[in-house]
Amino acid sequence: MYSEKVMDHFANPRNVGVLADADGVGQVGNPVCGDMMTFYVKVEAGRLKDVKFQTFGCGAAIAVSSMVSEMAKGKTLDEAMAITNELVAEELGGLPKNKMHCSNLGADALHEAIKNYRDRQAGQAVPAAGAPAGHEHEEGCACPYCDTALDEHNKAFCRACKVEFEECPACGGITKKGDPVCIQCGRPLGGKG
Amino acid sequence: MSSTYFDHIAATPVRPEVFEAMRPYLTGSYGNPQSLHAAGREASEAVDAAREEVAALIGAAASEITFTATGSEANNLAVKGLATGQQARGKHVVVSAIEHSSVLNSVKALERSGFSSTLVPVDREGRIDPADVEKALTKDTVLVSVMLANSEVGTIEPVAEIAALCRPRNVLVHTDAVAAVGSIPIDVRALGVDALSLAGDQFYGPKGAAALYVRKGVRILPLIDGGIQEGGRRGGTENVPGLVGLGKAAALARAERDARTAALVPLRDRLLDELPRRIPHVLVTGSRTARLPHHASFCVEFVEGEGMLLFLDMKGIAVSSGSACTSKSLKASHVLLAMGYDHAVAQGSLVFSLIEGTAAAGIGLVLEAFPPIVERLRAMSPLYTEFLKQRGS
Repeated sequence: MYSEKVMDHFANPRNVGVLADADGVGQVGNPVCGDMMTFYVKVEAGRLKDVKFQTFGCGAAIAVSSMVSEMAKGKTLDEAMAITNELVAEELGGLPKNKMHCSNLGADALHEAIKNYRDRQAGQAVPAAGAPAGHEHEEGCACPYCDTALDEHNKAFCRACKVEFEECPACGGITKKGDPVCIQCGRPLGGKG
Repeated sequence: MSSTYFDHIAATPVRPEVFEAMRPYLTGSYGNPQSLHAAGREASEAVDAAREEVAALIGAAASEITFTATGSEANNLAVKGLATGQQARGKHVVVSAIEHSSVLNSVKALERSGFSSTLVPVDREGRIDPADVEKALTKDTVLVSVMLANSEVGTIEPVAEIAALCRPRNVLVHTDAVAAVGSIPIDVRALGVDALSLAGDQFYGPKGAAALYVRKGVRILPLIDGGIQEGGRRGGTENVPGLVGLGKAAALARAERDARTAALVPLRDRLLDELPRRIPHVLVTGSRTARLPHHASFCVEFVEGEGMLLFLDMKGIAVSSGSACTSKSLKASHVLLAMGYDHAVAQGSLVFSLIEGTAAAGIGLVLEAFPPIVERLRAMSPLYTEFLKQRGS
C-alpha cells in the first residue's frame, strides 16, 4: 500500500519533537478526519534553521510530516512557502489516492508556522495555542453511507446516493437530514425518535 | 497457523480438513448440481450435505438455509428481501446504529424506494437496549435487523429479548450473526429470529461461501433473479467447492466450538486485563461480560490506529483497527462514535481477535511488543503533548 520511502519516513521519522523556543507554530487538521499536525520553526537570517513536528495520524501523515520537515530545513521562508503538497507526495514516491489529503496537511502545517512567525514579526496577536487553522474538516470527508468523497464545495449533499446531510449538534459529524438519530453517534437529533 | 495472527474478524485460516473436503470438487468432480446426470447428482448431493451441516450448526432445518457468496450478500438479501417481501404491510425498518455497513447501506437502498428507517442507539458498551427497539416500532414497521455480536467491539446483543418483543407485533427480525457463528452457541429457535446471516470465513471455512437462514414460511424476495437454485431465492450456479468447505467448517465448529472457547477465553482475558495495566490511557471497548470469546478490543488514547497497526505488523503481529485512516473512507468507526467515544479516542481503535491455535506465547509477544510502540507514537503525538501540558498546569 505504501512506498518504501513512505514506510521509511513512517518508521524512522526525522525531526520529531517540540521546539520550546519556536519562532513560529502552526497547527492544522483535527481528529475528526484522523490527522492533526503541529509544526514548529526556528528562523535565523531569513532561513528555517530548525523545523520540528508532532503528528497524530496514520502512517502517511507521519511520513508526510517527516518529509516536509526535511524539505523545509535550511530553506528561506519564501522557498519553504513554495513547497507544495504535490512536491511532498512526489518526494515520497507517491501516496495512495485516499491518503492524498494527508500530504495537503503537511505543507499546510508548515506554511501556518511560517505565517505565525511572520505575524509575530509584524507584531500581530498570536493565535491561541491549540486553535487549529486552515484545512477544516468539521463536516467529515466522505459520505457516511456510500463512502464517496464529498464535494468540497457542497458537503451537505452526496451525489452518489443523493442524500442531503445536516450536522449533528452532538458529535459534529454529518448525518442524513431528517433522520431521528445521528448515524455517526447514535444520539437523537430532535423531532421523533 | 501463525501464533501472531490476531485478525480473526477479517478472516480465519482455512482448516486443512476443510481444504481436503473441498479438493475433490476443485479437481475431479465438476458437475453442476442442477444437472440430472451422475456428475450433477454427485454435486447436488455434496451441496445438500453441506446444507445439512450448516443447518445443524444453528439449529435450523436444511430447507431454511439459502447459500450466498458472502456475509454482506446474506445481509443484503435479508434486509432488502424481507422488507420488500412485506411491503404491503408497511414500509418502516428498524436497525441499530452499530450494524455492519452491508445492513446500513441496504437500509439506505430501501429508503431510495420509499421505505423509512429508525436507527436505535447503543450504550457505552455497545449494547442495544431492547426497550429502545420497542420504542422505535411503529404500526408501519415490518423488519428489525440487529446484529448478534459486533466485530469491532465484541459485544453480544440481546437478540432473543428483541425478537420476543417483535414477534407478537408481527415484525420480522433478522440478525447479522457473521461475527458470532462458529464462536458462540447459536440456536435460531431459541433466538426466535426469522433470519440470520453467517459466513464461512469467520469459522475456518473458505471465503466466498456464506448463508442466510430464513425461517420456514417467511416471505423473502430474491436479489439475484435466475433459475431454481436455492429454491428460487438466489439464482446462479452453486459454488460447490466453497459450499462443501462451508459445510465441513460448520461440522468442525459444532464439534470443537466449546473447546475453542475454553482455550481462547483465558488468552482474551489476559489481553483485556494486561494491556490497560501495562499502558496508561488504554480503554477496553465493548462489554466485559457479554463478549465474543476470541475478541479483545481497545482504544489507545492520543495515538491513531494505523500507526500502531503498521508497527505491530513490522513485528509480525496482525491486528485490525476501526480508525479513520485504516478505513478507505477516512472516517472514524461509526460503532465507537455510536458508543459515545469522541473522534480522537475512536481513532486509537485496535482489535485483537484470536484464532484457534493462538498460544500464550503469542499473547506474551503482544504484551511485550505493544507498550514501546504506543510510547513511540505518543512521543510524536501533539494530542499527548497537549494532555501532558494540561495535566502539568
